[in-house]
This record gives sequence, C-alpha cells and structure tokens, in this order.
Amino acid sequence: MRYMLLMCGEEAAPQIAPHGDEAEPCWMPWAREMQARGVLLVEGSQLQPTSTATTVRNSGHEVLVADGPFAETKEQILGYDVIECADLDEAIYAASRHPVALAGGVVEVRPVLASV
Amino acid sequence: MTPDAVTTNAEAAVAEAFRQEWGKIVASLIRMTGDWDLAEECTQDAFAAALAKWGSDGVPDRPGAWLTTTARNRALDRLRRSKTEALKLQEVAVLSVPEEPAAWGDSGVPDDRLRLMFTCCHPALTLEARVALTLRTLAGLTTGEIARAFLVPEGTMAKRLTRAKHKIRDAGIPYRVPPAHLLPERTTGVLAVLYLLFNEGYSASAGGDLMRPDLTGEAIRLGRLLAGLMPDEPEATGLLALMLLQDARSAARLDAHGELVSLEDQDRSRWDPAKVAEGIRLLEAALRRQRAGPYQLQAAIAACHAEASQAGDTDWAQIALLYGELRRFVPSPVVDLNRAVAVAMAEGPEAGLALVDELAADGGLSGYYLLPATRADLLRRLNRGPEAVESYRAALKLAPTEPERRYLAKRLAEVSG
Repeated sequence: MRYMLLMCGEEAAPQIAPHGDEAEPCWMPWAREMQARGVLLVEGSQLQPTSTATTVRNSGHEVLVADGPFAETKEQILGYDVIECADLDEAIYAASRHPVALAGGVVEVRPVLASV
Repeated sequence: MTPDAVTTNAEAAVAEAFRQEWGKIVASLIRMTGDWDLAEECTQDAFAAALAKWGSDGVPDRPGAWLTTTARNRALDRLRRSKTEALKLQEVAVLSVPEEPAAWGDSGVPDDRLRLMFTCCHPALTLEARVALTLRTLAGLTTGEIARAFLVPEGTMAKRLTRAKHKIRDAGIPYRVPPAHLLPERTTGVLAVLYLLFNEGYSASAGGDLMRPDLTGEAIRLGRLLAGLMPDEPEATGLLALMLLQDARSAARLDAHGELVSLEDQDRSRWDPAKVAEGIRLLEAALRRQRAGPYQLQAAIAACHAEASQAGDTDWAQIALLYGELRRFVPSPVVDLNRAVAVAMAEGPEAGLALVDELAADGGLSGYYLLPATRADLLRRLNRGPEAVESYRAALKLAPTEPERRYLAKRLAEVSG
C-alpha cells in the first residue's frame, strides 16, 4: 500500500526541522533503514516555512488568494514522504523512525487512495 | 420427543453453537474474504439456516463444521454473483483455503480468532472502536446490545463499527497476529481492551446500575479464549485470574437494596468459591513462568483478599508490597492511592494519610472521587470528624454512580451524627 507521511511540528522549534550537515542529511540513515526493510521511498521533501505559503480558493466568481498556510495553528506541516509498504504496521514503523518523530514532532500517516 | 421438544432442543443447540462458534466462523471468513461485513452477514445467515434446519433435520454431529461450511458456501455464492475482478480474486482465495480451520498447535499456525483479536485491538483504532469491534466480531453481540451496554444510541454504535471496519480496510491494518517485535506491546493492548470491558461491567462508569454482569461475563469468556490461545503469555493468564478473582466477589458487592458494600464489610461466604479457586490456580500457573507483569500483580493482590476468610485476616503488608511492585509497571497515582490504603491498613491510618496528602498535593488525581473518599475514611478512623465531613462532601460531588453516592452519603451521615 502507498502512504503519505506528513511531518508536523512547530516551525519555531529548530530541532524538529530535519536539517543535516553537508556530508549526510539527517534523513539518510532513515532512508537506508527503510530501504533495507523493503519500504519503497517514492518521493519526499522538506517544505519551505509557512511564511512562504499561499492559500488559494475559487469562489466560482473569483480566485481568492491569501498569504499564509491553510490553518493558523502552532503545529504545521514541515515536510512529507510518500512510501510504499506492506501494511499500516510497516508505515507506523517508518513514521516512528523518521527524524522528525525522533526529534519530538508528530507524523500523520495517511493512506493514498489507490488509483482505480 | 414431541415437535415442541425438538424445536427447543434445536434452539438450545443453536444458542450453544453461537457461543462456541460465532467468533471462530467470523474470524475464518474474514481471513478468507478480507471483507468484514460479508463475513458477519454470512455467519449470521448460517445461524439463521441452522435455526430453520436443525429443528426438522436434527442437530448435526459437528455443529461447528456444519455452520462453517454453510457460512463459507454462502460467502462463495455471494462472491460468485458479484461481477468485479477483485471479488473474483477473493473467490479463488476462499476456494483455496482448506476445509478445517487451522488451530494453534504444533504447526505454529495461529487460530484465526487470535488474528481477529489483535486486529480488533489495533492501536490505530479508537479505544471505543476496539471494544465495540471485539464484542461484535468475537463475542457476537449485536450492535443494539453493544449500544445498550455503553449507553449510546444504536445509530451511534453502528456508525462507530462501520467507521472502524472501513479504517481497517482502507488504511491497511493487517489481519494477523503481530510479528515478534510488535507482539509484546500489541498483547498489552489486547489485554487492556479486555480489562476495560470487564471494568465497564464491574463498576459501570455511568448510569444507575453499578454492575453489568453481561459485560463481565463476555470479558471473562474472551479472557479465557485469549489465555487458551496464548499459553506462553503469563499476563494473559494473569488477566483471566484477576477477572475471576474480582468477579467472584460480585454477589457480595451489593446488599439487598442495591447498595455498595465495601470490601471489608462484604459477606465473604457469598464469594464464589469455584471462581476463587480457579483464579488462584491460574495465578499460580502464571507466576511459575517468572515473568511478572501488572495483571499478575493485580491478581496477586486480589488473591490476598480472596484468601482472607475475614477482613481482619488480610495480609495488608503483603498487599502494600505488591502495590509497590505494581507501580514499577504502572506508574499511576491510582496505584499510589491503593498503596496508601494498604499502608494505612498495615501500619495505621496516620501513615496512610501522609501518603494520601502527598498525592493530593501532587494534583494528579484531582477530580477522582476515591481520593477525597479515601482521605475522608482515614480521617474518620483518626477521629478527625470535621475534616472527614469536608472530605466526604468533596467525594460526593465527584462520585460517578448512584450507589457510590449513597454509600458516601451514609458515611457522611455517620460522622456528622
């Protein structure tokens, strides 16, 4: 099954943002561990801060554009990964080992709707 | 036999088969089809067919096999009539499953009911959903029965069950006994659901009734099943022992007027000796494995009470020690409060009160009626009447059920008078 892992946490908390040094980004050991378990990393990225976010709505008459993220909450989406693995238990394991989770962030695990 | 007697006989056989076989059949059909609703409906159809057939044709030699085959054929029929490819694949899966469901044995193949239990109790489901799913799929309670047991409208319960089943399917919750690295924590989760179920029956969290024997009965039945399916897990046996030892007291917990009777005032001749004996036997078997855990420790505490033929004989020092051990596994202020009570009994109310006041200062139990109730009781024993009155009043405001409130009101009247 395919799952999206949404990395959530406080943007202000620097320890959560998965920065790495130049030699090896901090998610590399995670990626290696996942690959060794047979978890396929489809894609993934850290996102730029919500100060760069733009929200778009279409009222039918006009396009409404606003500065800022979808929800003004303390915790925001910091990044995402799309993985392919056997079942929810594997996805939970992948989430629990992610650097964001290890740094005190929250990972939301969402199954991706299978294309028909 | 008269026709009426035949019908009654058949009905009794169906009822007995329902208790024995429901969970087994649902569990194996879920494994075969992967479809929880289909599994439940076909199992239900099989029991309806049994009710119609067994009266006229007689009860088959092996009711379980008859029901399993009927339910499976029904599932096959329904899958055949459906046109989609996915369902055709399920049909192949059903056909390729051997007739006899595998049992846990030398083969190391787990009983389907164990898979079902672990899946129902998966941590990605809400606790309410875990309890409801377990009662529906393993115990065979109807949605209406579960709704009544938890005092929610039937529609709410139906939605809860549907939502949980959809999540299992759509989020990819696996239908299996977890692998070794997940087994300890997932087993803890299953035990917690069964004990929650038991406690909901033993001391109802809401409403006018203090006990709901149907729920305690189901919890013990499922606990027996789990302990049987996991013979190497002493905590499963420990939980069964604990539930039996507590349930043994149920006839003595309420007096003729439905009032709560405290442990020390209970008529111990009304404790169920068969349940006590079985509980102690199971506990000893579990302890021999030398892997202590919270359920074995709580069962050991219950056994200390069960073994005292009168309240005065209770080995409170041992109980205080066991609570001290328990808090290593369960660091909870409720455990500390119980330990304080045991210390008060072993060393005197003064020593207990000191511990209770520490807990009160800690704030972890604010809103929990047993904290002021315990404090009131210790103050009463120390002849500190006015302070006891104050604490009984605080406890009364927080007590969740009617009989508990009446008990506290009675005590309050005693110290005020």
